[in-house]
Amino acid sequence: MTNWKLWLPFGLFALFFIVVAGGLISPSDRTITSKMIGKPLPAFDLPQAVADRPALSTADFNTGTPRLLNIFASWCVPCIAEAPHLQALSDAGAEINGVAIRDKPEDVAAFLARNGNPYTRIGADNLSSVQLEIGSSGVPETFVVDGQGRITYQHIGDIRASDVPMLLEKLEEAR
Amino acid sequence: MRLVAIIVMFLCMTGVAAAQQSMPPAPYAYQQLDDPAQEAEAKALMETLRCLKCQSQSIADSDAPMAGDMRHQVRTRIAAGEDPEAIRAWLVERYGDWVSYAPTVSTMTWPLWAAPVILLLLALFLMRGRLRRGQTDDGEDG
Repeated sequence: MTNWKLWLPFGLFALFFIVVAGGLISPSDRTITSKMIGKPLPAFDLPQAVADRPALSTADFNTGTPRLLNIFASWCVPCIAEAPHLQALSDAGAEINGVAIRDKPEDVAAFLARNGNPYTRIGADNLSSVQLEIGSSGVPETFVVDGQGRITYQHIGDIRASDVPMLLEKLEEAR
Repeated sequence: MRLVAIIVMFLCMTGVAAAQQSMPPAPYAYQQLDDPAQEAEAKALMETLRCLKCQSQSIADSDAPMAGDMRHQVRTRIAAGEDPEAIRAWLVERYGDWVSYAPTVSTMTWPLWAAPVILLLLALFLMRGRLRRGQTDDGEDG
């Protein structure tokens, strides 16, 4: 009758062990996903980031065809890693619009000259205002926007080769 | 000699930091508002908003460029006469409850508010018998 009480400290220790081990094995996810998915793109009107690409505003998304909105910067190292995969997406027919965060035009131009330019339009967001508007918390991030200017998907971090077919599929779904 | 080496090392570090951030910070990232009352309002709000880059700091404490841009947003919106809670709501709409340090009552968090009241009521209920007995004891003593 009283025997089970002897096991109580051990039971408590086992519980503590499981909780700590669980936290170590799978740490809680700290990525902040945008709550704007499924909502229309907030109104913005960004100036041109580089001379050879037009500027970007919300109105440009209302064309009937879905496209990718890529948040990048010349000072962002993972952006260099994702550049060839953005090019692959562009080669596969995806239209990619860029938002350059806190960047000088000459730095963006040098970045594009070195890593390729898959963008049809690039807006300069020097105050992270569009980034905050769409609920993005870092660079690089890529959003899928449908033909009516509604955000349908958010990809956080750099695009890897394995993400390319998935993003093409998301673009197809947004059609 | 060692001191020189340390100084050189620190100079190199600032060089790296400068290369990462060639743009000047947003106008109101480090600049206070002219009206002290508005600045106080902005400061109070900034202290309860979480930095998205350095997640255990508020945007008032963080030197991350993105926190600077968030402070700029807060100050310009306050200067434009926007209500601090409306600015908080604007951020929560984009990033979820997560971005705000101010506790709220919702379907998810109500047990946190209710638990102390329930425990207090439970304690009173359990103590009820003892309190009554205590009274009768006093009566016998007197």
